[in-house]
Amino acid sequence: MSLLSVDSLSTHYPASGGTVRAVDGVSLEIARGETVALVGESGCGKSTLGKSLMRLVNPSSGRVSFSGSDVTAMSNRQLQTIRRSVQMIFQDPFASLNPRHTIRTILTAPLAVHAIGERRQREAIAARMIDYVGLPADALDRYPHEFSGGQRQRIGIARALILQPELVICDEPVSALDLSIQAQILNLLVEMKTALSLSYLFISHDLSVVRYFADRVLVMYLGRIVESAPTSDLWSGAKHPYTQALLAAVPDPARRKQAAPITGDLPSPLNPPAGCRFHTRCPLATDICRSEDPALRQFGGGHAAACHHAQ
Amino acid sequence: MPPILEVRNLAVRFPSAEPVKGVSFSVDPGEMLAIVGESGSGKSLTALSLMGLLPRQARPAGAILLGGRDLLGLSERELRRIRGRDIAMIFQEPMTSLNPVLTIGAQIVEVLRIHEDLSARQARTRAIELLDLVSIPEPGQRIDEYPHQLSGGMRQRVMIAIAVACNPKLLIADEATTALDVTIQAQVLQLLDNLRAKLNMAVVLITHDLGIVAQWADRVVVMYAGRKVEEGLPGPVFDHPYHPYTQGLLSASPRLKANYHYRDGPLSEIPGSIVSAAQEKGCSFRPRCPVARPACAKTVPELSSISHGREVACPYVPVAKETFHVAPVGR
Repeated sequence: MSLLSVDSLSTHYPASGGTVRAVDGVSLEIARGETVALVGESGCGKSTLGKSLMRLVNPSSGRVSFSGSDVTAMSNRQLQTIRRSVQMIFQDPFASLNPRHTIRTILTAPLAVHAIGERRQREAIAARMIDYVGLPADALDRYPHEFSGGQRQRIGIARALILQPELVICDEPVSALDLSIQAQILNLLVEMKTALSLSYLFISHDLSVVRYFADRVLVMYLGRIVESAPTSDLWSGAKHPYTQALLAAVPDPARRKQAAPITGDLPSPLNPPAGCRFHTRCPLATDICRSEDPALRQFGGGHAAACHHAQ
Repeated sequence: MPPILEVRNLAVRFPSAEPVKGVSFSVDPGEMLAIVGESGSGKSLTALSLMGLLPRQARPAGAILLGGRDLLGLSERELRRIRGRDIAMIFQEPMTSLNPVLTIGAQIVEVLRIHEDLSARQARTRAIELLDLVSIPEPGQRIDEYPHQLSGGMRQRVMIAIAVACNPKLLIADEATTALDVTIQAQVLQLLDNLRAKLNMAVVLITHDLGIVAQWADRVVVMYAGRKVEEGLPGPVFDHPYHPYTQGLLSASPRLKANYHYRDGPLSEIPGSIVSAAQEKGCSFRPRCPVARPACAKTVPELSSISHGREVACPYVPVAKETFHVAPVGR
């Protein structure tokens, strides 16, 4: 059984002039111990999807089950127990750490919320955790502003893992970090995954990081998943023209001074194009693409793509 | 041909710190020079010095020669005539550089009429041509739109149109594509490169993205904690980095290690952070350096020339004679 199973999930926002279909009929599975990456450009709905899974925003329709229980049908009280098992790590750890609290307070707060141990025990767990993520013990008495970006992300990771979750949703966790620090944090995440048998949903726009970090990749465009494949298959044989364009846009020394970019901007999710949503930018678009919305088709080996022309 | 820009021993001092500590480099006409480094490397302050846009408390020293004239010796009034006409700059976030209450046309026309003797009508015609030059569709209509009506990529194109309006000899792009999505980033870089060739305009690309440097730059300067630590053509620098910092950066980059997966093992790390450079009397990279020796704590290593156009600021790297053959890349 999958750890997380999402079936036809939609999250729509009311907006002036219509409805933003930020997530529009997404289905996905995450197995225990698996790292699934969700990639796409800004506005594709990947962060909204991440937040909808634990009902940080409420989905409009569809179903999310975690370990077999239906998250979408839960009361707020039941949700709290699930949220203990599903934690999030954000892009900007500074924005998600209270500047007026010491690291000790920040790390023990989730334990207190879930009534784990008494104060002494909670502080002992926090001390173990801070050591685990590679920070000195005296970090516990300091405040978020005293740390560098990479160290703050270590604190964010410590806080997410302190409840021993099963699934961690990482929303652009290394995007704001310098390259030399990025590798440190990615290594730490891999180490934690192995040590604590975690599953990750790794939301990112950086394909080269995803190539290293993910077991499987989901590509999102305008609220839909357009391709899903094991990581190495995606790089060796992307089937959706959007995925191909994304991969071709990654800077590559082999293509000196020659970008192969797709033209145009992401259309507004307020009025997504009819038919295939990518047809306005697609080099392969034909009449059928302008009228019929392609469903995800399976190509074997866990590779699926939503394109009329994919082979 | 003499370089269009020559920076000699540039330092930027603040009352309590010196974030740029003597940087020299030059840019040839029509060349794309990349300056790479992480936050705290001094790359953005270097860029701001070129434009005379340093914060008030900052004291620049050294020389910035543009076509032989030292910009550091000019008055604000003289600088204003040069900015926009001879040197222009684009930034990471176009929305904060554009005026939200003026149409994009008005903002392009403003630059044109400051520097060139054009009537309002002529300037408008030229503005439409410029929007067309940066590949904005339907420029005749777009010219009357406001910045918020445009996407991020389109806004950055407008910034580029303003920047190249007076045919500057030098364009400084400070993380200009960092905030853009990868497909849009590729479009904007292609545009910058086309303009570079078409207008014979030199471009200084300030970036932290090694992939962009490898794909687009003609030459690369690597900065760490306020100093240049390595310089060369991107091919040789990326294939055979000499400075331990450059080596560390390249091996920490998942981008440049295609097909490497976490199941194959961890990424190599540069331990610590750039903060450790602050108190360092000797080589700034020493606290993080895998090959540091006691002498590194005493003096700042000099840049030494290894081969034509190739410099490195580390006396302890095993520099073999350049036996590998490297074809010059770029133009």
